[in-house]
Amino acid sequence: MNTSPTAQTHSTFQPSELDRKLIVATQEGLPLTPRPYLEIAEQLGVTEDEIITRMQRMQDMGVIRRIAVVPDHYKLGYTLNGMTVWDVPDDMINTLGRKLGSLDFVSHCYHRPRHLPDWPHNLFAMVHGRTQAEVDEHIQSIVELLDENNRGHDVLFSKRILKKTGLRIKK
Amino acid sequence: MDEIDRKIINQLQRGFPICPRPYEEAAKPLGITEAELIQRIESLLENKTLTRFGPMYQIEKAGGAFTLAAMSIPEDEFDKVAEQVNQFPEIAHNYERDHKLNMWFVLGTENPNEITSTIQRIEETTGYKVYNMPKLEEFYVGLYFPV
Repeated sequence: MNTSPTAQTHSTFQPSELDRKLIVATQEGLPLTPRPYLEIAEQLGVTEDEIITRMQRMQDMGVIRRIAVVPDHYKLGYTLNGMTVWDVPDDMINTLGRKLGSLDFVSHCYHRPRHLPDWPHNLFAMVHGRTQAEVDEHIQSIVELLDENNRGHDVLFSKRILKKTGLRIKK
Repeated sequence: MDEIDRKIINQLQRGFPICPRPYEEAAKPLGITEAELIQRIESLLENKTLTRFGPMYQIEKAGGAFTLAAMSIPEDEFDKVAEQVNQFPEIAHNYERDHKLNMWFVLGTENPNEITSTIQRIEETTGYKVYNMPKLEEFYVGLYFPV
């Protein structure tokens, strides 16, 4: 029924003690100084070169997805987000997942397991918009894109944030 | 927020250089100075237009694990169960959603084995079933909001 997670890429990256310290030193943000990597290097007692090399390697390995700003999407006017969930044939999931993932209004797109009979959906796409009409329009575009491969879908709007602390590795 | 702030947010959602003078490099295409870029990021963080600026770590790639899980909780029990669930430090985010499965949370642990044991403990504590929905594949995570 559900496909096994064989497509998941398992990285061989084993963080060293210094990598771990580097994660802890930067997980809450990058220093706002002209030479941020030098500042971290001084904190950790190594050279700037060493920090740049390790950061670059973690980025190449995907441990750092990217270094970037995270806007508060509510403040930018994106007040609506709908978690759209789809039941598509398992043998089509890669093709369809990539198609959904490349839409500019989709911020996350994942293949997840079904839990039959309660939960038949195997493809998740988070859709953002500034108005209900915009979100509805986006969902309609996905319906058309999936066409006969859509065997059923649902949209779950968030009602309330119950907790939002983010993940922090222990210091 | 003016036009330059908009440009900064759009450009820096895509990425930031890893080199000795990264702000100087990122400032060039924006047509501003290194000092101005730093000052503007600082203000955008202060007024909370930005929630964060820095590396986005994907802990799974360094041996850790994340999962998305959901529960179906009767309305009159909801707040009590939310409190029980949120007490677990492994819960990073938790949302109420408009569905029969009305509680959706993200669990994150430094060791993948802790996911299963944490889910078990949540089921024992609350008395409700947890639907574990780990990602099997990721097609795209953009989180790009053009402004």
